[in-house]
Amino acid sequence: MSTSPTHPLLSVRNLAKHYTSGGGWFGGASHLVKAIDDVSFDIAPREIVGLVGESGSGKSTTGRVVLRLEEPTGGEIRFDGHDITSLPARELKAFRRQMQVVFQDPYAALNPRMTVGDFVAEPLIVHGLVTSRSERSDRVAALFKQVGLDPRFMTRYPHEFSGGQRQRVNIARAVAMRPRLIIADEPITALDVSIQAQIINLFQDLQQELGMAYLFIAHDLSMVRYLCHRVAVMLRGRLVEIAPTEAIFSDPRHPYTRSLLSAIPIPNPAIERARRPLAFDYETQKPAPDAVLTEVSPGHFVLI
Amino acid sequence: MAPLLEVRNLTVAFDTPGGTVHAVNDVSYALDEGETLGIVGESGSGKSVHVLAMCGLIPRPPGRIVSGQVLFQGRDLLTLSERDLRDIRGGQIGFVFQDPMTSLNPVLTVERQLVELIRRHTKLDAKAARARAIELLEIVRIPDAARRIGQYPHQFSGGMRQRVMIAIGVACRPKLLIADEATTALDVTVQAQILDMVKDLKREFGTTVIWITHDMGVVAGIADSIQVMYGGRIMERGPVDAIFADPRSAYSWGLLQSLPTAERRTEGRLHQIPGSPPDLYKPALGDPFAPRNAFATPRCLVEMPPLRQAEGSVPGHLVAAWYDLPAALKARRETVA
Repeated sequence: MSTSPTHPLLSVRNLAKHYTSGGGWFGGASHLVKAIDDVSFDIAPREIVGLVGESGSGKSTTGRVVLRLEEPTGGEIRFDGHDITSLPARELKAFRRQMQVVFQDPYAALNPRMTVGDFVAEPLIVHGLVTSRSERSDRVAALFKQVGLDPRFMTRYPHEFSGGQRQRVNIARAVAMRPRLIIADEPITALDVSIQAQIINLFQDLQQELGMAYLFIAHDLSMVRYLCHRVAVMLRGRLVEIAPTEAIFSDPRHPYTRSLLSAIPIPNPAIERARRPLAFDYETQKPAPDAVLTEVSPGHFVLI
Repeated sequence: MAPLLEVRNLTVAFDTPGGTVHAVNDVSYALDEGETLGIVGESGSGKSVHVLAMCGLIPRPPGRIVSGQVLFQGRDLLTLSERDLRDIRGGQIGFVFQDPMTSLNPVLTVERQLVELIRRHTKLDAKAARARAIELLEIVRIPDAARRIGQYPHQFSGGMRQRVMIAIGVACRPKLLIADEATTALDVTVQAQILDMVKDLKREFGTTVIWITHDMGVVAGIADSIQVMYGGRIMERGPVDAIFADPRSAYSWGLLQSLPTAERRTEGRLHQIPGSPPDLYKPALGDPFAPRNAFATPRCLVEMPPLRQAEGSVPGHLVAAWYDLPAALKARRETVA
């Protein structure tokens, strides 16, 4: 399957993460949980791909496995053409620099006992990218400015910041490494509505300035539609549809995608009063075990 | 006809080691029978705290009702004993909160929790109460209700637990249902089902609803009227169509502008409200939104505007603003052109 015309930055093939649950010492039947199963997609350089689906659909697990924060149980992950699926930690380090992550809860991600300046500088030190104290301070100040924070705040602690500012600190740390790919896992979900637009604009500005690609994991589909070039839809561990954003929203093919889109509340009273959400019944409409992603129109793939 | 609920000058503060948090400041509004009011705001807006305070659900101390009256069917809830309040909560007033795991008792079956509630507030005997409980689970569309009622909360999925919460919220056919971010943690498809169900309940029982959320899309579909709160105050209040089509508070306008609609995708950038939410330890002298408001006048910074009829809009469309938003927007368009 080829979903992008250029050489992909990230290429995921038949990725799987299966767990065994139950069973154990006290007997009882163990059964296999397929957190993600047979997931394949590409991300081109500078491309923003949205990954959507309900809680438990495997979208966060996909992000974590791609970063190798969790080990896959099958499939292949290629970054810039290199197979990183089973690279040992030492060799993975060089790739980790190029793939950074921003999590949902900006406070949990921060270290409460570390100044935000030191927190942003930490990966620069770990990877030996700064040599002197003054160089470190200059780099961090520049990063603060880049994400819209006053560099004078470098010596403060996380609790002194609002949610939006904390997320800016996390983003500064992620871009410090000049990554080529950022995996953003629900990065605006925990933020106040009046702050979400600020952070989305920041993601957009940074992408344009630094030429990064994003895997943007989210459940706010209207924000995904606004930000992303392509959208992938997951259902219970499987990727059921992937297409250019407008194709997904104007011509959804999988019944689950249709149901999901029909359920998005629209901030317009007249439209909302007329809205009839489409039901999706997993048991009768679930994908067949041998279903494959099939190209139904250029770049538009559906699991059938 | 007297309103079902009338909140008069409610002010709530929390005394904390870091100082006094001014959570709710002089909030007044009335709610008619059968009305669905959507209250919109972000953290610190006072939208959740004020309903908890009016039903005696904030810990005191550190919470403190500084002033105000909350008339529910003519009785001031703030003067009732804890015992009388308990009779009203779960009976005349039902609640649904965001996190069902903290509101449901994990060691009791759903049956036990529902039946106890029904028996406390009605004259039904054990058998009739159980039948009523099963019927409620069917109303909230829990499949196989007669079997599942015997299960514990952890045996339900998040969406199903939230339905149980709603069943508990409406168990005694409350006059008023208060839902606080009741669908926020749920997936959109489950949210859509629950919103549909609440609309059915309104139709069937004529329930009055306060639906608290930060999601403008959700209230667009469910509410008759909208109340926008910020910094512990009401910024704007009015019929849902008027608020969406003709917002008069710069904060409501900013919120609506920041949503990623079809037109804005082509513009390539979202409207963003600058700055951060207000510091409730240091309440503003004037309009709490003024520091983030490009249209603020000098008066906004020093004097809180009263909530009053928006000029030229429909009756009941109220706004607290010294500035004239339509005029300011028109002037800005002319400057750009």
